[in-house]
Amino acid sequence: MSGPPGSLTCVPAATALIHARGLVKRFGEFTAVDAIDFDVSRGEAFGFLGPNGAGKSSTMRMIGCVSPPSGGGLTILGLDPVADGPVIRARLGVVPQEDTLDVELTVRENLLVYGRYFGLPRDVIRERAVRLLEFVQLSDRAGDQVEPLSGGMKRRLTIARSLINEPDILLLDEPTTGLDPQARHVVWDRLFRLKQQGVTLVLTTHYMDEAEQLCDRLVVMDRGKIAAGGSPRELIDRYSTPEVLELRFDPAEHETAAEKLAAVPARRREVLADRVLLYVTDGDAALASVRALGVEPLTSLVRRSTLEDVFLRLTGRRLED
Amino acid sequence: MAAGTARHPAATTDGLASGWSLAVRQFRFWLTDYRRTWRGSIYSSLAEPLLYLGALGLGLGRLVNQHGDTRLGGVSYLTFLAPGLLAAAGMQTAVGEATYPVLGSVKWNKTYQAAVASPLSPADVFHGHVLFVTMRLAMNCTLFTAVAAALGAVQSAGAAAAVPVAVLTGLAFATPIEAWAVTRTKDTSFAMIYRFGLIPLFLFSGTFFPVSQLPVWLRPVAYATPLWHGVSLCRALSLGTASLPAALAHAGFLALVATAGLVAGNRSYRRRLYV
Repeated sequence: MSGPPGSLTCVPAATALIHARGLVKRFGEFTAVDAIDFDVSRGEAFGFLGPNGAGKSSTMRMIGCVSPPSGGGLTILGLDPVADGPVIRARLGVVPQEDTLDVELTVRENLLVYGRYFGLPRDVIRERAVRLLEFVQLSDRAGDQVEPLSGGMKRRLTIARSLINEPDILLLDEPTTGLDPQARHVVWDRLFRLKQQGVTLVLTTHYMDEAEQLCDRLVVMDRGKIAAGGSPRELIDRYSTPEVLELRFDPAEHETAAEKLAAVPARRREVLADRVLLYVTDGDAALASVRALGVEPLTSLVRRSTLEDVFLRLTGRRLED
Repeated sequence: MAAGTARHPAATTDGLASGWSLAVRQFRFWLTDYRRTWRGSIYSSLAEPLLYLGALGLGLGRLVNQHGDTRLGGVSYLTFLAPGLLAAAGMQTAVGEATYPVLGSVKWNKTYQAAVASPLSPADVFHGHVLFVTMRLAMNCTLFTAVAAALGAVQSAGAAAAVPVAVLTGLAFATPIEAWAVTRTKDTSFAMIYRFGLIPLFLFSGTFFPVSQLPVWLRPVAYATPLWHGVSLCRALSLGTASLPAALAHAGFLALVATAGLVAGNRSYRRRLYV
């Protein structure tokens, strides 16, 4: 592990939309966020990648000014989250981990009610509601109650709601957790469009594909600390190899096969419960040398390295365990 | 969204909005929510006084009146009962609004969490609901008095003055109960409030008979409850027997309890919503 935040501190505090130094959150004896540093600049998509319990949501709640930090420094839009909470929150959009929609109101009413929280004039809210429902592809459900909507639709409505005040920063806490693959792709597509429009996105996720698709930069969080940071490409280049050879064996032979594989030239070898991973530059060449050893896997797969591999390397654990 | 505060050029005017103007935004949320259910609530606001005043005031009252009216202050039982029930209706409305809707907002729907992600603070969210409860109290107590008048239970114009007192009685229950309800994670304790709080108070705070009919040792208990103060003042105003010092003492006690509930709620809402 090289100097943790590294490239993350290059943004000068004056231009950073979010600036954190030594940020700490404690709940009694438990330290959920343990002195982390990061900066988010305007227009970027910044991610917190880590497993459940890594401290991602606690960090997001501090940025959202609904959880006072226990220590360290945090400024959002140049303001102090404790003293200037209402002013900051007026300029944030928040998509919480759990939906907080009023399920007894209609889709449109949820937006109207929320717009009023920001003190927006009625006609402005109405105009935006039409536009936002179109953006999240819910125009035809505008008059329907929220309760019977699918999980993906509720998520999209929450995203529309978070945009009602045209926020400077959009905070998304696990935006696609619990959605089926198709619904996830629809949400990703919408978030990608927002990113193209220059909206600053800050998101947490434990899906490495979500982080790779959406984030310009991210930090890998584990047990309240930042293990590494950079662009997905940088992280993969720094902490993994171009290719990974995944091998599966008969469970009875798993152990012995894994030991024999030590003879294959690889940058690193990970023995998981169900697979052996070989980190190499050329996966096909590595597979050839596996076979040359007389070891025959049940299945083999050559793939590119992902953030999952980075996480495994940094923490010795898998993301979605 | 125009420029606002001096501290940050792009900040919205929202930074300048404060205090009750933010609470009014939450109040408007409740109004939107109430649009779905107001009809049903009006029916029950009318049915309750009709049932109670009809059965007890007119039915039971006929029996009571046969024993003379000296202990009731020289009025019919119906006239005696109506202001007591009015204050009790304030309490009931308040407890209903301060329990399940609050837990629903913080636990089931999480609309409170949605609200505090906006410029609103936990205190604004609390005050917005208190405003809504005040409106509901005013509606219910006014309807109650209208029904009582239609049944001939109102003797003087003083009955109109009893309406704000019944609202204040309700607030003396609403604010402390809300302050407590927001800390709950389950609704089981609400049933206890109804069973061991609401019903005994309803029965023993002078609603149905003067507290002077209770054993001496039990009377101080009645005096300590907000409902007794509410019942006493509503009745005194309705029957035209109010004295200024007593009225001030009753109203002062109710205002004190309501204010204590506000202070407690500011704190408990913050603790629950700012984790």
